[in-house]
Amino acid sequence: MADSYTSAAMPIEIDIAHVARLARLDLSDDEMETYKTQLGVILDHAAKVQSLEVVPDVEAAHPLHLANAFRDDRLRPSLDREEVLAQAPDAIDGYFAAPPAMESE
Amino acid sequence: MIDTSIVEAGRKLRSGDTTAAALLEAALETAAQTEAQLHSFLTIDSDGARETAAQADADLADGIDRGPLHGIPVALKDNMCTRGLETTAASQILAGYVPPYDATVVTRLRSGGAVIVGKTNLDEFAMGSSTENSAYGLTYNPWDLDRVPGGSSGGSAASVAAGTSLAAFGSDTGGSIRQPASLCGVVGMKPTYGTVSRYGLIAFASSLDQIGPFTRSVEDSALALSAIWGYDPLDATSYPGEYPDPTSGLGVGVDGLRVGVVTELSGEGYEPAVETATAAMVERLRRSGVDVIEVSLPTFDIALSAYYLIAPAEASSNLARFDGIRYGLRVKGNTTEELMARTRAEGFGPEVTRRILLGTYSLSAGYYDAFYGQAQRVRAAIQEDFARAYEQVDVLVSPTSPTVAFEAGARTADPLAMYLSDICTIPSNLAGHPAISVPIGLDGAGLPIGFQVMAPALGETVMYQVAAEVERLAGFTISPRPPAGEP
Repeated sequence: MADSYTSAAMPIEIDIAHVARLARLDLSDDEMETYKTQLGVILDHAAKVQSLEVVPDVEAAHPLHLANAFRDDRLRPSLDREEVLAQAPDAIDGYFAAPPAMESE
Repeated sequence: MIDTSIVEAGRKLRSGDTTAAALLEAALETAAQTEAQLHSFLTIDSDGARETAAQADADLADGIDRGPLHGIPVALKDNMCTRGLETTAASQILAGYVPPYDATVVTRLRSGGAVIVGKTNLDEFAMGSSTENSAYGLTYNPWDLDRVPGGSSGGSAASVAAGTSLAAFGSDTGGSIRQPASLCGVVGMKPTYGTVSRYGLIAFASSLDQIGPFTRSVEDSALALSAIWGYDPLDATSYPGEYPDPTSGLGVGVDGLRVGVVTELSGEGYEPAVETATAAMVERLRRSGVDVIEVSLPTFDIALSAYYLIAPAEASSNLARFDGIRYGLRVKGNTTEELMARTRAEGFGPEVTRRILLGTYSLSAGYYDAFYGQAQRVRAAIQEDFARAYEQVDVLVSPTSPTVAFEAGARTADPLAMYLSDICTIPSNLAGHPAISVPIGLDGAGLPIGFQVMAPALGETVMYQVAAEVERLAGFTISPRPPAGEP
């Protein structure tokens, strides 16, 4: 593991409460403090990606460089509604049930 | 334990010297003796497996042969959906979840006559390198019960090593098949990205995840792969072209092949026994007629960093679906957002929470380009490094893991130390290339050492060709100390 790449000097700022809110994770203050410290360590290591000097032309994703996949719009059987809803924590009249979405904040 | 191979068992099944029912009972009996200590399985489906085995025997008696896995007892990592059989991804958030459909791999295994013994333990949502992140308890290494089996597919690796299945299937996002295979002394293989359908695999990082087999031999691995891969319209990243024959290079030898030894995958952090065994195998390959070439792939030094930005970023997006609305755990809240945030905080374990936070951060406004965007550029640079290397060599080799199996609890307090377990395996995931781990020997304490063979995309034939020679040269015997019956 030759360390020819050095970590970026840029200090990493983490607004952990903001990140937890974005991720919809209701964490305690203690948990947030722990995760913030750990994320700092990991991101400090991860910041080594910024040492890459030769920037390649392409942003790679699929190794076989496939074109986008399209299919014909054909009808086929879908999952059984009852069977799917049987796995839901709450269902009413064939729908998933949840508390109101519009009252947050 | 079922101390045989798929090839041998298949021969006996077809000659009438054994039955699928007998193979299954041997697997179940072994499980009854060892599972209390190993905990490879989260679910054992004895009844379902007995029905399938009886059907497999009846089919063979009627002259219906469904292929190489017909009548073979197999195990599945519990992140592959099985219709009617609980699938948890080792997470509390999916406790009790019974999928209404089969993953494509499961469909193929069923139609291929395989007998599914059960669902194996893993790190929660396949995030980890030791199977210690399971919400349902640890799996232990059959070679030493104080040590981890590796991860994230630790249950599948331990099952094959212990003889409770002849093939087990895992998923490999950053090494989650090869690293546990190495630590448990079995063969573990990650195929070319896009060749095995991800439909019904509970997603971790979709651009990296790939299902592959654990087996007791290289030939078994090629056969198990041939049973599950192929184009699937249900997976938009599925490869629609020609597939290579994974078995055509077996037993051909390696004379004249060019083998590259990766400079970056050695040195600091690598255990001396691992380095010695790797170097000795390279020397033996040289005597078998390969040209050994030292190659440098400088971007490998930052592959781990790129991986720990890309994989959590994709995970944070994929795991958004676990919100307490459609399946799994729900913790009550006055609003939808409160319900979601409470459900997720309670349902996800610490490593999954950490990676969701990490991914959310690296995708968030202000940090996207410096972290996620730059990691994608590194990924492209790694692919270019590989491409340059494969102009000179046919395959690349390295240790699979810098260390042998470590003690349970040794790395849980330091996430970064745990992440370093995958330093040798991650580059192939970032490039989408196939790679295999083959056991080559034991260290001084009797713990297995794995040897990795990497090949370019769709290079499975040459990868297996070299792996088979490595296996022949090593003459490795899978003989973990039996956990049951010890004084």
